[in-house]
Amino acid sequence: MIETDILIIGAGPCGLFTVFEAGLLKLHCHLIDALPQPGGQLTEIYPKKPIYDIPGFPEILAGDLVQHLMKQAEPFKPGFTLGERAEKVEKTEDGKFFIVTGSRGTLHKAPVIAIAGGLGSFEPRKPPIPNIEQFEDKGVEYIVRDPEFYKGKRVAVSGGGDSALDWSIYLANGVAKEVTLIHRSKSFRGHPDSVQKVLDMSAGGKIKLLTDAEVTRVGGNGILGELTVQHQPEGESILQTDHWLPLFGLSPKLGPLAEWGLNIDKNSIEVDTFDYSTNVPGIYAIGDINTYPGKLKLILCGFHEATLMVQSAFKRIYPDKNYVLKYTTVNGIQGF
Amino acid sequence: MENIIHVTVIDREGKEHLLEAPTDMNMNVMELCKSYELPVEGTCGGMAMCASCQVYVLSDHLLPAKSDNEDAALDQAFFVKSNSRLACQIHLTKELDGLKLKLAGE
Repeated sequence: MIETDILIIGAGPCGLFTVFEAGLLKLHCHLIDALPQPGGQLTEIYPKKPIYDIPGFPEILAGDLVQHLMKQAEPFKPGFTLGERAEKVEKTEDGKFFIVTGSRGTLHKAPVIAIAGGLGSFEPRKPPIPNIEQFEDKGVEYIVRDPEFYKGKRVAVSGGGDSALDWSIYLANGVAKEVTLIHRSKSFRGHPDSVQKVLDMSAGGKIKLLTDAEVTRVGGNGILGELTVQHQPEGESILQTDHWLPLFGLSPKLGPLAEWGLNIDKNSIEVDTFDYSTNVPGIYAIGDINTYPGKLKLILCGFHEATLMVQSAFKRIYPDKNYVLKYTTVNGIQGF
Repeated sequence: MENIIHVTVIDREGKEHLLEAPTDMNMNVMELCKSYELPVEGTCGGMAMCASCQVYVLSDHLLPAKSDNEDAALDQAFFVKSNSRLACQIHLTKELDGLKLKLAGE
């Protein structure tokens, strides 16, 4: 069981800055994030994009801002549970602590939770095929957990990006019995080297390539057996396969947080702007995931929210202590 | 009025919305739809990276060519047609007066 003062759900910019502001008040933080690395959207969606509205930085790359925030948080020794989505929240019997369970079973205990979940957790984009859910984990897999799982199997891969290309190449190199790569257009947007490799392997018969094609139906008897492929401009074919990997990238979903008993308005968590508290005492929400009259989804607004939120969290954890705001220019930073 | 054009957006239920759009606010169609609270996600904020603002262009206005980013994003999207565009990549200019769009499926 991981124990901390503030459990931060989401390791994006707001979550990381919370570590710093909490640290100034001698509060320890632990972050949990579904992605395998910190930074949230900044790392996952636009690491190379410049941001122009961070005060004091006329221009900064999103990836660099994350690096700076990590460095700023470092003296306060934050803990991380990465690659794990926060699934469930419960109260301890005495009502003083929350227990949050991660998707791989990691348990976290804290008196305060700060949800800095941004757009939600990043999950694979699922193709809009009506009965696809029947075959999930029965032949349809959105991520490759263990490539050896596909040893000797017939595998179809869909998508035109790097993960579709890379897994097709990997699986066709002596792992799977048969690899078919299905892509909607003729051009691939993955790395040029990977694209060339796929084309070479297709010419050499190691990968069966179906371009201008899209899977429209899935079928099988309990487990996946076949895919219906729609070809452009016309025609349909049936592909017999043991597995189908639709690799269309990730998109954010509010996910399990929606079931935490919080007041939600249009996929955002309602908060009181006094301290960014939710309707559940002890749970706060900051950054892009919250909403209130006049809300702006900006990183700089999230930083402000984090700063006010930790003041309230401090009073909640230490109701008897009087805290006086200190300026970092006076005392510097005393880390843990 | 000067600097105002009209854009028609058909929502996923088939209802038409006639939107007044300013051309002097450096806005795009995704932002316009959001300001009228039409159900457009715009997850990435307008960077042509998520395709959650996909629209079908129904009028024959001449639009700027797609960037590589827009092509790549549409490549990952579903329900893509030959007239699919990302609303965030359509900047409001006076040439686009009378533009007609339909929101793509989710």
